[in-house]
Amino acid sequence: MYTPHTPEERQAMLRAIGVERIEDLFVDVPAKYRYPKMNLPPAMTEMEATAQMQSLAEANEQVGKDLISFLGAGAYHHYVPAVVDHILRRGEFYTAYTPYQPEVSQGTLHAIFEYQSLMCALTGMEVANASMYDGATAVAEAVNMAYHVFRGKRPKAVLAPSLHPQYIATTLTYYGHSDREVVIPEEGPTAEPDVVLKYVDDRTSLVMVQYPDFFGRMYDFTELAQAVHERGALFGVAVNPMALGLFKAPGEMGADIVTAEGQPLGIPLSFGGPYLGVFATRKKYVRKIAGRLVGETVDSRGQRAYVLTLTAREQHIRRARATSNICTNNALMALAATVYLGLLGKQGLRQVAELNYHKAHYAAQRIAALEGYELAFPNTPFFNEFTVKTPVPASQILQALLDEFDILGGYDLGQDYPELDHHLLIAVTEMNTREQIDLLAEALNVIARRG
Amino acid sequence: MSWKIPENLKYTKSDEWIDPQTGKVGITDYAQSQLSDVVYVEIIVSEGETVNKGDIIATIESVKAAADVYAPVSGKVVEVNEGLADTPEVVNSDPYGDAWLVRMEISDPSELDELMDADAYRKYCEERED
Amino acid sequence: MAQQDVKIREPLLIELSTPGRRGVRFPEPDVPQADLPEDLVRSDLPLPEVSEVDVVRHYTRLSQYNHGVDINFYPLGSCTMKYNPKVNEDMARLPGFLNIHPLQPVETVQGALAVMYTLQEALKEITGMAGVSLQPAAGAHGELTGVLIIREYHRSRGDTKRNKILVPDSAHGTNPASSAMSGMRVVEIPSDKRGNIDLEKLKAECDDTLAGLMITNPNTLGLFEEHIEEVVQAVHEAGGLVYGDGANLNALLGIARFGDMGFDVVHLNLHKTFSTPHGGGGPGSGPVAVAEHLVDFLPGPVVTIVDQDEEGTPIYGFTWPEKSIGRVKAFYGHFGVMVRALTYILMLGADGLRQVAEDAVLNANYLRVLLQDTYHIPYNRLCKHEFVAEGRWPDAPGIRALDISKRLMDFGFHPPTNYFPLIVHEALMIEPTETESKATLDAFIDAMKQIAREARENPELLRKAPHNTPFGRVDEVRAARQLILTWFDWA
Repeated sequence: MYTPHTPEERQAMLRAIGVERIEDLFVDVPAKYRYPKMNLPPAMTEMEATAQMQSLAEANEQVGKDLISFLGAGAYHHYVPAVVDHILRRGEFYTAYTPYQPEVSQGTLHAIFEYQSLMCALTGMEVANASMYDGATAVAEAVNMAYHVFRGKRPKAVLAPSLHPQYIATTLTYYGHSDREVVIPEEGPTAEPDVVLKYVDDRTSLVMVQYPDFFGRMYDFTELAQAVHERGALFGVAVNPMALGLFKAPGEMGADIVTAEGQPLGIPLSFGGPYLGVFATRKKYVRKIAGRLVGETVDSRGQRAYVLTLTAREQHIRRARATSNICTNNALMALAATVYLGLLGKQGLRQVAELNYHKAHYAAQRIAALEGYELAFPNTPFFNEFTVKTPVPASQILQALLDEFDILGGYDLGQDYPELDHHLLIAVTEMNTREQIDLLAEALNVIARRG
Repeated sequence: MSWKIPENLKYTKSDEWIDPQTGKVGITDYAQSQLSDVVYVEIIVSEGETVNKGDIIATIESVKAAADVYAPVSGKVVEVNEGLADTPEVVNSDPYGDAWLVRMEISDPSELDELMDADAYRKYCEERED
Repeated sequence: MAQQDVKIREPLLIELSTPGRRGVRFPEPDVPQADLPEDLVRSDLPLPEVSEVDVVRHYTRLSQYNHGVDINFYPLGSCTMKYNPKVNEDMARLPGFLNIHPLQPVETVQGALAVMYTLQEALKEITGMAGVSLQPAAGAHGELTGVLIIREYHRSRGDTKRNKILVPDSAHGTNPASSAMSGMRVVEIPSDKRGNIDLEKLKAECDDTLAGLMITNPNTLGLFEEHIEEVVQAVHEAGGLVYGDGANLNALLGIARFGDMGFDVVHLNLHKTFSTPHGGGGPGSGPVAVAEHLVDFLPGPVVTIVDQDEEGTPIYGFTWPEKSIGRVKAFYGHFGVMVRALTYILMLGADGLRQVAEDAVLNANYLRVLLQDTYHIPYNRLCKHEFVAEGRWPDAPGIRALDISKRLMDFGFHPPTNYFPLIVHEALMIEPTETESKATLDAFIDAMKQIAREARENPELLRKAPHNTPFGRVDEVRAARQLILTWFDWA
């Protein structure tokens, strides 16, 4: 498949090369390695492969079709307008490589410049790179950037314990056994954010918090950012970008770095990826930022044009001395976020963010009114996700919701924090109707009464 | 190819020059031509700092390359060319003049003897152009 | 707004914006409105305001300024710009794959786990390795994962002084960068006259601080490493591990396997070898495959068969390798990319994959031989999937590889990779891939020969190229000096 030569053409080409058989092109491979047997299923036609993949797809229970979902915890079920995928499916975009040749890549470059601008608008920062892999690796890159800002003289990063546990885990994998230190305060996952200050010293390059945090809570970090700055470290915030349609930008609070999982911005759940790592910072750190940057310039005909710039930071030039190794990023997902934000605009993003807010608050109020359930943090603002204390272990509740009501009831916090095994993290988005929320509340009530 | 290689300076294998009279340090005409258009200069040592021969004192970036600049000799940094940050292009136009990076107080003048004179450096540049 | 002195071919979203315009609407809330926490609500959201038609036309026009594999030949060396099958795109968008949450209970996503498991098994067969993790998001991410596995392997044995990674001077920049990022010391090994790694220099660095060697085979010159057995042996005898960068696996599918060559850990690029699209820079997918002694160190979770039902159908689950380095990203990797790659493997089978490698190598050698009298090829021997030519001639002073590349655009071709690998002057790295027809290759050869003539007869034509593209040469120096990185920088 996908190899167009006829046998005659192959022969003609072999003759032109000056060899007889195709095997002659592989004589430099030691004979003992040549032509291994590969035990793979026989080749399928497109019809057969499609049927097989369809049957695998149908073996899954879909959110929104087979299951009512209140599951978030870092990946959210949102509406993606039709336009987004139509643009993504243009071959000119998705079959192009990284725009290294600007004269024939202005489509991608122009769109990335818009993406950088939109991410700065949203986060209140001054520069954003052309994307990273996801929200977790963006946090790891923030730790890396801060380390390089201080030239390794401040080798320590403090991550708030209320950061997404997979973001913490990823960062620990990256730097766990190196000369860098990644410190997680020991006061427990739900400690208030200023607990990090105790761990900040003159060896600390970065303090990283999350907004909303893993438990859904939102805080104004203005004072915390100031306190961190007084100790000489950078202040980083990992955000849910949809929350920024409604809530204060971290830039306004004094953040130096903002990272995000960009999935809520027009990217389907797709079993965890590909998603979008957002990374934005202040212009004074632009030479320490990882990944690609697009800048504005002109072409030889006097037209405004865009080009990859400050490439001397990157691995293909600086090799072992580069800040990061990132090369391929998630550019097409950045295009998805750009088209999504273009469509929604100022009013649309605010509207969908408010919808999330109101529906989540309605759900929280309904659930808090049930006997045996209460909000874990009743006095802290939240966006579209909140933590509920449950009368029986959350794992039992989730199993019953799935088995009896076809509901994905949320995330069992006991999986990551044994002390929170009676805590359920519930996400509500614009996709959830009032009927679904009422059904969840009734189901929770039934399960609690049963004990 | 021909590069400007002033007779009164001493040169390193990593293409820095030092003026034994003034203690000024910079990169050579050959180095700037290899880098092409310089877009950024960052001097990472500060006034009063003591550096050893071979320590990184600055980083210079062009659109297609990045180069570290090393101290040609040991000594104390007595002056830093602050203005260069805003006018990186002078590294291309005037590498031995306005584009000096730091001025050093040379702690051990015998280290200068280990550096190349103009003739030796010219040969060294020509060798690298195959 | 924008600068006065420039012509604007296509406005930016912000320039299309009109206050009050909307591109999409959402339903009114069906629940009571809750109070907003006034102190936390933002006062300003400076996003553009455009209509749906504006958005569609804007991005459709922009797309037309791009070159893609769907438009014409894209011989970008080391990037394997093969055709991206359309059916793969459809499969990745099946609702049963698109609308599943990564944290759903595994019993509700058995189809997705089957996709991952089947792909893991296929990649084991293709590489001859013992275990696979699909988690890494791209090639460089796979490299970092691989080096972390190497570091953890030595550490688990109490062998803590091994902190040196050897990297050939022809390697991709990501190899040294990934090593450095994981706290390793990088030592560069030069290439010899035939383009192989210099065996003597390599042996001299094989001591008790050696953690491993990162090697790309075929290397970035497109050449099969002729001393691969000695190289692997030398590293292993010193107690080091061999890391294989699978960027160039397209040349070896069904021809030779990393596992058989004794490699300990390798990464693959699904977006190169296995036909998933490059997306204008990503997303990719960089699975890591390891030999038996490293299986326990893979990042978790990996998909395994945990049970079977009454009919003997496997039940899949996630498990953590015993000494796992941990996770390298959230969730399980780029699942949508995995679906595409598996579809491709199912449609090719073992024979089809071998045909890929054979035609990729046939096409590269065909171009090499037919261009070798016109362009100097410094390491001119049988190549694999790509080769590197010099873009300069003694009798065409002032013409550089970049000029040739820009002129190629006028013929409708994407240029080869420029200025890489670093060990060739004025490098033009040409990788045709197997999906190109003889007619396309012949047209490319004609263009390359015509350009070589023009270089002597009308060098200005090259230096001012491209002429037929919507945009001319772009001023990179101005971009780097003025540093306008968002539309907010206009002010």
